[in-house]
Amino acid sequence: MTPILLTPFDIAASAVLLVFDGVLSLALRLDLHWRLAIAGARMVVQLVLVGFILRVVFALGSPVTTLAVILVMIAIAGREVAARPEQRLRRFGNYAIGATSVAVATLLTAVIALTTAIRPHPWYDAHYAVPLAGIMLGNILNAASLALDSMLGCVVQEKAAIEAQLMLGASFRHAVHGLIRTSLRRALLPIVNQMSAAGIITLPGIMTGQILAGMDPLEAAKYQVVLMFLLSGGGGLAAVVVVYLAAVRLTDDRQRLRLDRLHAKGT
Amino acid sequence: MTAAAGTPRPERLRISALSSALVGPFDLVAGRGECIAITGASGSGKSLFLRLIADLDPGTGEVFLEGTPRRHIPAPAWRRQVVYCPAESGWWDERVAHHFPSAALGFVRAQAERLALDPTLLDGPVLRLSSGERQRLALIRALALDPLVLLLDEPTGALDADSTALVEAELQVRLQAGTLILMVTHSEAQAQRMAGRHLRVAQRRLVTP
Repeated sequence: MTPILLTPFDIAASAVLLVFDGVLSLALRLDLHWRLAIAGARMVVQLVLVGFILRVVFALGSPVTTLAVILVMIAIAGREVAARPEQRLRRFGNYAIGATSVAVATLLTAVIALTTAIRPHPWYDAHYAVPLAGIMLGNILNAASLALDSMLGCVVQEKAAIEAQLMLGASFRHAVHGLIRTSLRRALLPIVNQMSAAGIITLPGIMTGQILAGMDPLEAAKYQVVLMFLLSGGGGLAAVVVVYLAAVRLTDDRQRLRLDRLHAKGT
Repeated sequence: MTAAAGTPRPERLRISALSSALVGPFDLVAGRGECIAITGASGSGKSLFLRLIADLDPGTGEVFLEGTPRRHIPAPAWRRQVVYCPAESGWWDERVAHHFPSAALGFVRAQAERLALDPTLLDGPVLRLSSGERQRLALIRALALDPLVLLLDEPTGALDADSTALVEAELQVRLQAGTLILMVTHSEAQAQRMAGRHLRVAQRRLVTP
């Protein structure tokens, strides 16, 4: 089960394909070659840097540094969630919601995974905790950002429908039920698609990586199954937290719809 | 009913220094069975005034319903008693019937016929309603709650003369039963026909014309 180690020559050989993209851009005047070069360089620097950092974190083996790395990853993902929607909640509401939902979902599902399904020794072993948190974050970020975008976008469009219910004496919870339902469905659909497509249309990243690293495909598949369940749980949890926190910020103690707390990006 | 101004009526609604960041302060005392017309230029704050009374916008000041301050009544209960009907009605379901409590459907059908609405509209989709049909159905939706106060924002704005007369007759029945109506209207004639008192909103305040 020894992985084939890549040499600098192997990496250079694969880079030729990026050069091909660049040539294509020049020949067809796509005006993308410069952006391709920058993105390629960024990707190399980011990944090598992460490799170095992880090497240090693994060598330290301290739960404190492991947690610190994961928290930094959570903060970056939370910021992404906050930045996507066109609508912003006042007083940095988007950031509070993004960070809270991502942190709750990631930490909870990662701890559950590490103490029950995957169980390394010790359970907070950085070799497992950091990559696991990374994978979870990708999905959680997606679900949380879809949920927030849908909540803040649709609440503006649905203003008349929501207020019509409030005017007739409905509770705020009842009036936004449809909005919450739509937002949760939107957030969870990619997870459903991902699970349905897994293995047939795409070979999931973790499984691919483990097969390339020499693991038995069936063992790799089991890993992937566990991960998929974790991802769906994490995504669902993040979406629920987002929707709940956003709904709370969109109302007040008199159950009004407070669109005055929203403003468009950049205003 | 020709509401004689000045006749003392039992107080139903008392508005005291009610204001938001955009409009007010407003002060008003209105009695049982009274109809008050509110006019004013577009953008003068008439709708915001009604929204404030229904507790749909945040603000300061107090409103009393039959002597009870608003803050002592939970917001949904308040809005069931003090119902605001906006000029543009909102619909939250594809089917018309789903906008009415199923227990009230008998009342709704009878009311629809009195307002010259085809009762089969109730079984169809909201998308097929004309603006006049929407306006009347939204009014019926509010009437079905049998509120103490009706806040009507241009209740006949989308209606022809015949339908307007039917709606006004229905509102007269409500007034006789004691409902207080505050009605924003652009029609001087309607204000004359319906209202015992006439107020204007100008520069975001209430004035007597």
